[in-house]
Amino acid sequence: MRSFESPSAANKLALSRLISEVENETSAGKAALDECFTRSGRAHLIGVTGAPGTGKSSLVNRLAQLIRREGKQTVAIVAIDPSSPFTGGAILGDRVRMRDLSGDPGVFIRSMASRGELGGLARATAGVVQVLDAAGYDLILIETVGAGQSEVDIARLAHTTIVVESPGMGDDIQAIKAGILEIADILVVNKADRPGIENTERALRANLELGYSHRVNGKAGHAGFTENNAAVEPKDWVPPVIKTIATEESGFPELIKAIADHRDYLQNSGLLAQRVRERLMDEFEHLLRHTLVQNWRAQTSTERVSQVMDAVFTRKRSPASAVEELTRSLN
Amino acid sequence: MADRKIRVLIAKPGLDGHDRGAKVIARALRDAGMEVIYTGLRQTPEMIAEAALQEDVDVIGMSILSGAHLVLVPKVIDTVRKSGLTDVGFFVGGIIPEEDVAVLKAAGVNAVYGPGTSTVTVIEDVKSFSRAA
Repeated sequence: MRSFESPSAANKLALSRLISEVENETSAGKAALDECFTRSGRAHLIGVTGAPGTGKSSLVNRLAQLIRREGKQTVAIVAIDPSSPFTGGAILGDRVRMRDLSGDPGVFIRSMASRGELGGLARATAGVVQVLDAAGYDLILIETVGAGQSEVDIARLAHTTIVVESPGMGDDIQAIKAGILEIADILVVNKADRPGIENTERALRANLELGYSHRVNGKAGHAGFTENNAAVEPKDWVPPVIKTIATEESGFPELIKAIADHRDYLQNSGLLAQRVRERLMDEFEHLLRHTLVQNWRAQTSTERVSQVMDAVFTRKRSPASAVEELTRSLN
Repeated sequence: MADRKIRVLIAKPGLDGHDRGAKVIARALRDAGMEVIYTGLRQTPEMIAEAALQEDVDVIGMSILSGAHLVLVPKVIDTVRKSGLTDVGFFVGGIIPEEDVAVLKAAGVNAVYGPGTSTVTVIEDVKSFSRAA
């Protein structure tokens, strides 16, 4: 493995080219990730997810613009749009909403196609984020594919997950369903100038009042939260509901404060370290599976696989017993 | 699986607001399996160059119907190259008079497409002058 100096934010061309290597999972990209890893872990990773058309890109645009106006922190944005399941092609259109950020050397925007992944991110997103982290960006905003109810991979990658809703997207039953709302550290109701905003906000708040299940430790701990409920431990984080209008600046000071508060909360409670450990464990297991499968493929002839699979196709053998047969040599 | 996708930036430099052609081309390239970064209307050469750099694209397609192509296109190419992206391909679509085509090609444009061009032609061309090819 060659030694590799990961590029700084000052060298945008090198940074951009490296991201391509990582995205294409080339050997150079993999080698670079090893080097980047040891220099990463400083950036605050903020996920932005929500249904298509709720205004994620516009929200990211305004958020980054206002953070930059404060001037202290640099911002990288990774915006993911879906790849076609049929052709593999993609239209990556998030930049259309991010015009306000152009010309700012403290902002780096990269669009990614999901390339067949179904969890709202691309497989290489974590790697790309790691490169940007190592390059020295202070905040990394990760905008997922327009997500439905169960694309929740972002919660594993990000430290702070913002779920964006907008008026008219469903009633109070939608709000109590499991899935995307559970991963929110911050709930944003965007397009707050639209009719129906009160209903959306009320449904989301009512859901929080039923209790917030703490996703981090995996147990369904309930805070028993109501707005003025003394039963809420001061150390518990209850997702704030923030109304924004991304085409203006309305609600953004509150959002920026909530992000900073959540970061402080994670740090002071020790949850930041816990989340990072969980994510690294996750990544390790993912890579382990990937490597084991690859090793298995390298050791197993395709003839033997098709032989055994023929027995499966003719229902002489179950898929499970085929796996058992084909992995016997590894045990 | 390492999968090298052709990445194309589709941009509308200048002030005209007609993006139908740009969208048709973006969609055709998408259907040909490419990743198309669409940047929207009224882009300056600096905005296009910045997006191309950050997105590490292979090819930049510009749609211009305003008549300002002789000013805008060389400026875009110059700005892109100065940013360090020296190996990208360029194509231009729009209403381009015959005598201007040679001028644009001399400035570094690989292909110029007028009305009625088959998307098949564009797809094949883009594949041929992309780095990934």
